[in-house]
Amino acid sequence: MIELTDTNSSQIAAEFVRARTRAGSPAMGMVMTLIIVAPEEDAEEAMFAAKRASREHPSRVLGVILGETRGTSRVSAQVGSGDGWGGETALIRLEGEVVEHAESVVLPLLLPDSPVAIWWPTTAPADPASDPLGALAQRRITDSASASRGKASAMVNQCRAYAPGNTDLSWTRLTPWRALLAAALDQHPLEVTGAKVTAERVSPSADLLVAWLSDRLGVEVARGHSDGPGITEVSMETEEGPIRISRADGRLATFSSPHRPNRPVALKRREIPALLAEELRRLDEDDVYAATAKHLVEMEDAG
Amino acid sequence: MSAPNPLRDPQDRRLPRIAGPCGMVLFGVTGDLSRKKVMPAIYDLANRGLLPPGFSLVGFARRDWEDQDFAQIVHDAVKEHARTPFREEVWNQLSEGFRFVSGNFDDDDAFDQLRRTVEELDALRGTGGNMAFYLAIPPAFFGTVVGQLKEHGLADPGPEQWRRVVVEKPFGHDLESARELNETLAGVFPSGSVFRIDHYLGKETVQNILAMRFANNMFEPIWNANYVDHVQITMAEDIGIGGRAGYYDGIGAARDVIQNHLLQLMALVAMEEPVAFDAESLRLEKQKVLASAKLPPRLDTTTARGQYQAGWAGGQKVIGFTDEEGIAKDSATETFAAITVHVETRRWAGVPFYLRTGKRLGRRVTEVAVVFKRAPHLPFTQTATEDLTQNALVIRVQPDEGMTMRFGSKVPGTAMEIRDVNMDFAYGGSFTEASAEAYERLILDVLLGDPPLFPRHEEVELSWKLLDPVIEHWEKEGRPEPYESGTWGPASAEAMLARDGRTWRRP
Repeated sequence: MIELTDTNSSQIAAEFVRARTRAGSPAMGMVMTLIIVAPEEDAEEAMFAAKRASREHPSRVLGVILGETRGTSRVSAQVGSGDGWGGETALIRLEGEVVEHAESVVLPLLLPDSPVAIWWPTTAPADPASDPLGALAQRRITDSASASRGKASAMVNQCRAYAPGNTDLSWTRLTPWRALLAAALDQHPLEVTGAKVTAERVSPSADLLVAWLSDRLGVEVARGHSDGPGITEVSMETEEGPIRISRADGRLATFSSPHRPNRPVALKRREIPALLAEELRRLDEDDVYAATAKHLVEMEDAG
Repeated sequence: MSAPNPLRDPQDRRLPRIAGPCGMVLFGVTGDLSRKKVMPAIYDLANRGLLPPGFSLVGFARRDWEDQDFAQIVHDAVKEHARTPFREEVWNQLSEGFRFVSGNFDDDDAFDQLRRTVEELDALRGTGGNMAFYLAIPPAFFGTVVGQLKEHGLADPGPEQWRRVVVEKPFGHDLESARELNETLAGVFPSGSVFRIDHYLGKETVQNILAMRFANNMFEPIWNANYVDHVQITMAEDIGIGGRAGYYDGIGAARDVIQNHLLQLMALVAMEEPVAFDAESLRLEKQKVLASAKLPPRLDTTTARGQYQAGWAGGQKVIGFTDEEGIAKDSATETFAAITVHVETRRWAGVPFYLRTGKRLGRRVTEVAVVFKRAPHLPFTQTATEDLTQNALVIRVQPDEGMTMRFGSKVPGTAMEIRDVNMDFAYGGSFTEASAEAYERLILDVLLGDPPLFPRHEEVELSWKLLDPVIEHWEKEGRPEPYESGTWGPASAEAMLARDGRTWRRP
C-alpha cells in the first residue's frame, strides 16, 4: 500500500500504473470498476468484502470515505494492488469542500470502457440513481438491512426510488429461498391459494419475499413475526396441503410438502462477500427485482 | 404438460437450477475417482444448495461395511478434497442419506438389497424414484452391472421417473470394443439416459471456446485456412503413471487421452457454428468435424510415440516407465503420443492439427494453440523482424485458465526492432470456491438431465475410427522411442513437425 496525502486523481492514477509495474504484470484482466461509499468506521469491513469478491470479479476497487464538508479540501489515498486483491485498489478519503464534488475525483479513475458498479454498504442516498456518484454507475447496490437509520422504511423508500440498475442486498439474500420455492413448485405443479412469510419484525428481505410471492402467485401473502434470525418460515397453501420451508437456526431448513417425507436442506445465511459477488455477476437491469419493487410500493400504498 | 411454474421467469437469472428429487448409486466407492472427484463434488453441490432436499447416496462395493463405514470414507474424502469449507450442518443433512450395500457385481442378493434400499429411500427421503447409477469401475464390469440393474428392475423407471447411468473413460479401447460397450449400455438404458463423463468438457475454459468463437466478431473471420497455419493441442503431465500400472499398461497415452480429451477439444475448436446451444446441435457439429477428420497417408512420418526413461524431473530423481511397479520390462505401451490430423473441410483445408500428450513431460499443462500464418509482407528490414515469429492465440485449459495472444511489438528504443510479446487474460473466477469444479457441473447436469456437455456414442465411435489405424501402425513397429523424463518428448516428435517446417510450442 502506498500512502498519498494531499493528492488528486491523476496522482492516484499514476500510482496505479506504478503499482502494476512493480507487481510485474503490466496488463491485468480487470473487468469493472467498483466504487464503495462508506463512512470511516465501516470502510475497512467493506473493503475486506470487496477484496473477497474481487477474486471472482477482478476489478479496480475505489473506496470513497466522505468526511466533513467544512474546511479546506483535502484528498488523500492509499493505493495498492496484489496482496490478495484480484485487481487494484484505492481507498480515498475526502475532506472539506471536495466532499460535495466526489464524482470529480472518481470519474478520472474509472477503468476505460468497462462497467461501473457502486455499493453503499450501510446508509445509501434516498435516490441512488440521481446521486452524483451513483450516476456514474450502471449497477447501484444498496443494503436496506444495514441502513443506520430508518431501517423499517429503508426498503420501501429504495423501492420507491427504483431506477433501472438499482438493486439491494436484501434481494440478493433471498436467492436461495426463491430457488427452493421455485424448485418446490417444479416438483409440485399445484395451484397456490395462499402463502405466509414469517421473519424477524424488521426484515427488508421478508418484505421483498412477500411482494415477490404475491406478485408471481397472484394471491394474498401474510406476514408473520418471529425472533429470527432473518426469515424463519415460508409456507404455500395448495389443495393437496401446505408446502413449507422452515429454518429456525439460520443454517439448516426443513422442507415439507404433500405426500412426501420431510427433508432437511442446507439454507445458510450468506456473508456479504458472497452476496456482493452474486450482485456483480450480472450488470444489466434485474427485471424481476424491478417488478417486485413496484409491487411492494403498490402493496404499501394500498395499506 | 402442466401449467408453467409461476415462480419461474426466464428473466430471473439469479435462480440456480436445482435438481429435482433424486439420488445416486455409486459403484466403486474406494477408487481414486470416487474419493477425489465424485464424493467432494457431491458435497460441494450440497453446500452450494444445488442438490435437492433429501438427496441420497448409495455406495455399492465388495466390502463388509455398514452405512457409517461408508459415511466415514465419504467424510474423509470430502475433508481432504472438497473445494468449499466443511460445514457440519450440511454434512449432517447429506450424510443422513448415505446407505451402503455390500456385495459382488454378480451377487443377486446384493442387487435385491440395492433395490430395497432404493425403494426405502424413496419412502424415507423422498427421492421420487429418480436414480443415477455412477459406474466408477473398470469397463470390464459394466456389462455385469447394467445387466444386474436390468434384471433386478433397477433400470426401469416408473411413470414420470428417471434412471440414468454415468460412465467414465475409457469408452472402449478400439472401435469394436467401443461398439460392444455401447451395445451393452444401450441394451439397458436408452441413449438419452447414458452420460459419458469427459471432465474436460465441464471446464470453464473449454466452454469458453464456444463463447469466444461464436459470441465475438474479431476471431471468426480469421478462424480458417486463409489465416491459420496450424493448430497444436497439448495435454502434458509432469507425473508418471503412479499407481495406475494395471490400468495404463497396454492402454497407453493415445487411448487414454487423445481419443477422448484431445479429439473433443479439436472438435470444439474446428467445428462450425451450431444452430443453437443445445445438446443436439452441438453434437451434430462436433460429429461433422470428427467425421471429416482424416489421418495423413504416411503414419510413420506424421506420428510419434515415446516412453519415459529414468531421469530428473522438476528437481526430483524419477524412475523410468519400465521400472514402475507392475510394468513389464519389455512393455511397448507408449507414455507419449503425437498425431497429425487433417480436418477435410473448406474451412480447414491444408491446416494440420497436431495433437500430443504425454507423462513426465516438462510441466503439467493443457492448451490449444492456434498458430497464424506470417504476415504476407513485412515493410521492415530483415534484422528488425528477426525475433518475430508467428502470431498465436492460446487457450489455456489448465492450470492458470485463460487465454494468451502472442503478437509482434516494437522493442522500446531508438532502433526499429520487433519481437514477440504475450497478452494474457486470466480467469479471475477460476481459483475461487465460487466457481464450480468440472465434476460438480457435470454431476449436476446428470441430475438435471441436461446433456450438452457429454459426448455421445457416435462421437466416441468416430474418434476410435480415426485413432485405430495409428495404434495398429504402432503395434507393428515394436517398442516406442525412449525420452528423458522432464523433457518435452522424444526426438521423433520434433522431427514430425520439423518435416513440415514447424516446431512445437514450449507450453
